[in-house]
Amino acid sequence: MSKIPHFLVHSPKDNVGVVVVEGLKAGTHMFGVITENDTTTELVAKHDIPIGHKVALKELKAGDTVIKYGEDIGRMIADVKPGEHVHVHNLKTKRW
Amino acid sequence: MAGKTNGNLTFWGWRRENGRVGVRNHVIILPLDDLSNAACEAVANNIKGTMALPHAYGRLQFGADLELHFRTLIGIGSNPNVAAVVVIGIEEGWTNRVVEGIAKTGKPVVGFGIELHGDINTIMRASYEAKKLVQWASELKREECHISELWVSTKCGESDTTTGLGSCPTVGNMYDKLIPQGIYGVFGETSEITGAEHICKARAATPEIGEKFYRVWKAYQEEVIEAHKTDDLSESQPTKGNIAGGLTTIEEKALGNLEKIGKTCRYIDVLEPAETPSKGPGLYFMDTSSAAAECVTLMAAAGFTVHTFPTGQGNVIGNPILPVIKITANPRTVRTMQEHIDLDVSGILRREQTIDQAGDALIDMIIRTANGRLTCAEILGHREFVMTKLYRSA
Repeated sequence: MSKIPHFLVHSPKDNVGVVVVEGLKAGTHMFGVITENDTTTELVAKHDIPIGHKVALKELKAGDTVIKYGEDIGRMIADVKPGEHVHVHNLKTKRW
Repeated sequence: MAGKTNGNLTFWGWRRENGRVGVRNHVIILPLDDLSNAACEAVANNIKGTMALPHAYGRLQFGADLELHFRTLIGIGSNPNVAAVVVIGIEEGWTNRVVEGIAKTGKPVVGFGIELHGDINTIMRASYEAKKLVQWASELKREECHISELWVSTKCGESDTTTGLGSCPTVGNMYDKLIPQGIYGVFGETSEITGAEHICKARAATPEIGEKFYRVWKAYQEEVIEAHKTDDLSESQPTKGNIAGGLTTIEEKALGNLEKIGKTCRYIDVLEPAETPSKGPGLYFMDTSSAAAECVTLMAAAGFTVHTFPTGQGNVIGNPILPVIKITANPRTVRTMQEHIDLDVSGILRREQTIDQAGDALIDMIIRTANGRLTCAEILGHREFVMTKLYRSA
């Protein structure tokens, strides 16, 4: 627990993580922790991402299901690359 | 520090006439209806140590909506955080219905109808009674009680992604530790379970209770959402504040929300709004709106005595009779809204604090609050008392 993570991931099944530091800039070499099994991961941020917002952990295509908490939270409506910002501009619920 | 294996947790509370234990000793001036707010506020102004609970409704309601109105008022007056009650209504019939409901607890309660007397005469007579009740209540003593006598409710608000990572799992950890100790717990927010309803259904103690939950959730979808929506709920759920905090979809919000019920405890019944639990100690689900003040008011009316409120972006809500403990894991909220935050668990995001440690810190804060520590919301005067209205009045 010596290193403060830039992002956290709930489950190893997830394809998005959550930025947990303020003022994260594009180009940052990020350190991440998957909380469910306490494993670590690394990723380069492609965008400035606000605290609490999601980052893609892998390449996702429009139509792909986004997984967080190991569960379906909606579908992509645009393509993203690892390290890019995932939010209302590219992710929508499947419900409405 | 309260450890999860410590079976001797106690707090100091007021044991009421019916055996329930309160953590506050309020004398409230309770309006039956909107018309009686002015008289109630005048009495509360005259008599220091009382509190008026103004609200917007109580006229020409009928059917289930009227029943809920009475259940809420009687429940608030009956809550063990309340020592004594003065009820004022425009007329005596419905006023006495509230008085008689509260009197079943054995606590002192008096009622006044304004008609045939006017505000000034009513305020005078009610003030004399309120003065006696405050003096009586001021001599009641706290006694040491086992933690199992606490009723702890939860509802989160202004959620963001840190809620699901930190503050909601903290509440869940607390329930996983205290429900086995014999406390009563409750969660609700029917609309905000949407997206995680399958998980919530599976967390019922039996398949029948799970089905009961699912019927309530489905009815909400059909009778409220489908009947009233103009496009979809994406302008309201997630809220603008949720979206600013990084939440994108209702599913994502619901999964974070449900972290509040922990990993192991299971709910043992599904309650109507403001219904008092009757199946003994354990966790309950209550059918409520997800609007903070409405939900917390219903939980107070059901008899809960301490409320745990995880927030991400910083909700400021309180309740007149139910102390609301604010918990956040968002370091920006800790910095920018410090006067609203009772428990900072942002160490979870920095991996400096485990969920288990945060749960213990919350148990400690619950006991301190029960013992008399004022919450941020109490100090800042947040007394949001909001009745749930089911449909238009006649």
